[in-house]
Amino acid sequence: MNRYSRHIVLDEIGPEGQDRLSRARVLVIGAGGLGCPALQYLAAAGVGTIGIMDFDVVEESNLQRQVLFGTSSLGKNKALAAKHRLQDLNDTIEIVAYPEALDHGNAVALFEKYDIVVDGTDTIGTRYLINDAAVLTNRPVVYGAIFKFEGQVAVFNYNSGPTYRCLFPKPPKAGSVANCSEVGVMGVLPGIIGSMQANEVLKIILGLPSVLSGTLFCLDIRSMISSRIKILRNNSEVEKVMQNANNLEALRVADDCPSTSVEVSLSALDDLEGVHFLDIREPHETPKVHLDRCLEIPMAQIEENLDQLQSLDNLVVFCQSGVRSITAVRKLKELGVEQCQSLRGGVWALVEHLKLKLS
Amino acid sequence: MNLESWIMKLNIKYFGMLAELTQCSEETMVVEATTIDELLEQLFDKYPGLQEKDFQVAQDQQIVLKENNITASELALLPPFSGG
Repeated sequence: MNRYSRHIVLDEIGPEGQDRLSRARVLVIGAGGLGCPALQYLAAAGVGTIGIMDFDVVEESNLQRQVLFGTSSLGKNKALAAKHRLQDLNDTIEIVAYPEALDHGNAVALFEKYDIVVDGTDTIGTRYLINDAAVLTNRPVVYGAIFKFEGQVAVFNYNSGPTYRCLFPKPPKAGSVANCSEVGVMGVLPGIIGSMQANEVLKIILGLPSVLSGTLFCLDIRSMISSRIKILRNNSEVEKVMQNANNLEALRVADDCPSTSVEVSLSALDDLEGVHFLDIREPHETPKVHLDRCLEIPMAQIEENLDQLQSLDNLVVFCQSGVRSITAVRKLKELGVEQCQSLRGGVWALVEHLKLKLS
Repeated sequence: MNLESWIMKLNIKYFGMLAELTQCSEETMVVEATTIDELLEQLFDKYPGLQEKDFQVAQDQQIVLKENNITASELALLPPFSGG
């Protein structure tokens, strides 16, 4: 156990604590700015089973802060790339990658497989979904969120403590929380906040006191001034979630920027038969999917193929992760192609839902 | 409970995008208000864009309802952050 000797010599951990860590199961949603440092310390600490969920791929602009990735990870799915790196960091633990988006259909079953959920996502809608699925499965959520130079950390739903909805009962108006367009972030900020999230996870597993439950910790890394804000449990907010246990979809909070009419998830498409797919990725992007009724027209060539696109109804546009396809859908709507939506989660959602073979 | 408005000096803290809107992370203001809602009305006059924002109010380092009376000299306006 030389790997963990610096833990084991601590009275607060010891061999028993290290054993607890090895039996713990932690799910990290989002392997981005917050997820990377959190995952790094959880894996190094010997958390026995770590789930990593992320539908997105590594882009060059991520490398300024997403420290698990290097230039060799560019274009790869983040959950898979993170697993690859972490398995090298610690080959004695089990790491499960989920290269797909968390949605109202898969959240509850997934949370049931883990003890603790770490929220490292970057959209408001997913944060509410994590809250709701965690309330239904009675799992604590270690929350982190960032804005430019400021971060927030809290533990929600821990031992009947306050939840995210107790802090923000009213979901923000769509588009009011700047995030969709890159607002910029100091690279080291998610490193600090994500590490604090890992710390709270370890405290929960080890049974250490003073878990950040019912407290929103706020830090401004310019001034280095921190604040602790108390949050009280609002039972009606918790009850609201419990009452929708069989219909989580009813609690859906629209994501900050993309309007729901622009985006669609595969699970919401009742009848795939009537759908025409449009793959707007560049020819070199993988995985390729082979579908009936699927056009491959790179983003830049949409205008010159407008006649063909206008003749189709019920168009579902996809790219790698569901970001570029939103831009494409907006452009198509401007050009008069009204019946089109962007596929949330991109090609990975397709691969997962249709169980397609990667080529 | 005194229902008359009080003239008082408050320290107000702004977080995240609210600090960008107000151009300051905190300020001291003399206000005439009994409830937090009344204080917010005055802040909306001063910062018209603030009314469009979603935020929670903390008083004495605790999240409180906007209907509550002002009982502390320090208040904070906290918007949700979504970044990760």
